[in-house]
Amino acid sequence: METTAQASDKRNPQRPLPVRQKRSWTTRIKKDRWLYVLLLPGLLYFLVFKYLPMWGVLIAFQNFQPFLGFWESSWVGLDHFRNFFGNPDFVRLLRNTFILAVYDLVFFFPAPIIVALLLNEIRVGIFKRFVQTMVYVPHFISMVIVASMTYVFLTTQGGVLHDLIQQLTGRSFNFLADPDWFRPLIILQIMWKETGWGTIIFLAALASVDVEQYEAAVVDGASRFQRLWHVTLPAISGVISILLILRLGNFLDNGFEQIFLMTNSLNRTVADVFDTYVYFVGITQGAFSYSTAIGLFKSLVGIVLIFGSNYLAKRMGKEGLY
Amino acid sequence: MHSRHDTLGERVFDVANYLFLTIFACVTVLPFVYIVAGSFTTEAELAARDFFIIPKDYSIAAYQYIFSSSTIFRSIGVSIFITVVGTITNLAFTLTMAYSLSRKDLMGRNTIMNLVIFSMLFSGGMIPTYLVVKELGMIDSYAAVILPGAISAFNLIVIKNFFQNLPPGLEESARIDGCTELGVLWRIVLPLSKPIIATFGLFYAVGHWNNFFSALLYLNDHLKWPLQVVLREMVMLSQLAVGDMSNMDPNFVRPPDQAVKMAVIVVGTVPILMLYPFLQKHFAKGMLLGSIKG
Repeated sequence: METTAQASDKRNPQRPLPVRQKRSWTTRIKKDRWLYVLLLPGLLYFLVFKYLPMWGVLIAFQNFQPFLGFWESSWVGLDHFRNFFGNPDFVRLLRNTFILAVYDLVFFFPAPIIVALLLNEIRVGIFKRFVQTMVYVPHFISMVIVASMTYVFLTTQGGVLHDLIQQLTGRSFNFLADPDWFRPLIILQIMWKETGWGTIIFLAALASVDVEQYEAAVVDGASRFQRLWHVTLPAISGVISILLILRLGNFLDNGFEQIFLMTNSLNRTVADVFDTYVYFVGITQGAFSYSTAIGLFKSLVGIVLIFGSNYLAKRMGKEGLY
Repeated sequence: MHSRHDTLGERVFDVANYLFLTIFACVTVLPFVYIVAGSFTTEAELAARDFFIIPKDYSIAAYQYIFSSSTIFRSIGVSIFITVVGTITNLAFTLTMAYSLSRKDLMGRNTIMNLVIFSMLFSGGMIPTYLVVKELGMIDSYAAVILPGAISAFNLIVIKNFFQNLPPGLEESARIDGCTELGVLWRIVLPLSKPIIATFGLFYAVGHWNNFFSALLYLNDHLKWPLQVVLREMVMLSQLAVGDMSNMDPNFVRPPDQAVKMAVIVVGTVPILMLYPFLQKHFAKGMLLGSIKG
């Protein structure tokens, strides 16, 4: 900016510098005025619905009263954070969130990779496309419907899957209310819904593998399993590590809607995670400041995780994501 | 199909692989088939039979029952309204902002891009956003389920990058011919971007149709609830007394709860399944677009 001003100043020595700068600033805006008009709705959106709430997290340090408003409410410093960290609920939430995230990483994360590798071994094109068409369907179905179907299938009052399992084992499991079944159900639901869809990105990476590599491996006498191990897997290892980093970056984001829908009064002890707890305490019970403090804590941990995992990626010699 | 080099182990693997993938495909689809079958049958059959995909006794009582009052019709209307208006809003906000940000010479562009990216990393969270919506007086209005999500920062960035990669020659010649920026966007850029607009329009539309939580959060008036919220009330909280049997045949027996729930699930699923061919095509494309450039 400054260098261009100086350069033009040398070319036009008569012209006084400040006026020149001002004119170029206004002419640029004038020239692009329609672009700014187009920009305005989007910019307003971000300011009102993204940045105003960011400023609003300050109520975490207040005793916010809706009838007093932001300016009249009293400031309480870190009281809400202290209360939260001293509350037994804090340990429970941390535990529940963490265990669900680990289950997700261990059971759900590898599932699309395995299915993609299996699909890649299929040599009958029409069968492959048929399977793909089928397994993508649940991705588009809403979480409400997934949870509703789970209820219909597993209810102790005539749920078909519940009855089948009862016939097989001779026992009646109350899957929907038993806290022991909450986490397996959440993971099974997400595996059912998203495994098929998750294969797309790996299949795309597999499609870009050079056929000559396979041919060379065949000439060298590699068996199919050796080809899988030495050609196919290295081809998708980059995608796998990027997705793993992304997953670690939002490790604490359990699927909010899903957990909210599957929570009931009998499984709250294991079902409550940070996000749903914020809803129950903030919206249902009206403790705005306290719940905002919990949300802020979670956001800050989230930022640390994102930058931490990105740093890790760069250290490992992978291209960073940001 | 089998090459001569296949060993016995590889053939066993092949058979197991086909079997596994067939089972996997069935597991994803059979629950829907059972729900559809169950919604068309009678209480006796539901109680007597285990898993079935073709009912023996056809009955449309469950559908007669759920459509006997206006609740389901109204919520479908609400969902369609939110989906249509919401998607148009999304596209209008996202495309205009993406276009102006795609112009590298725009003053302040970098600052605004940083604002957008930062909003992906940190958010005020549920409660402050709720309070902003409340302060704006939008509680119980459809604006509350449409405007707070008007732009997805991720979609915005992907579309902006797409606009940047359009050949610049056409836009410039239009500008030389005296086209304003609005004209360039409307006559040159948008027609060139039809596939990507379709993709992101579908992204947004499916999001609106499936959205449950904004409605729960911002719409207290149950007459304004979209289908997903009504569905949850009926199936998961068993609030099944939606039917209005006053106008019906006095011999009409209220269908079993399970069948009513299944019928509601079918009603909520069918629109998505009808769109599925488009969705499969465009979503896969959009997802790869995002993963490469985002």
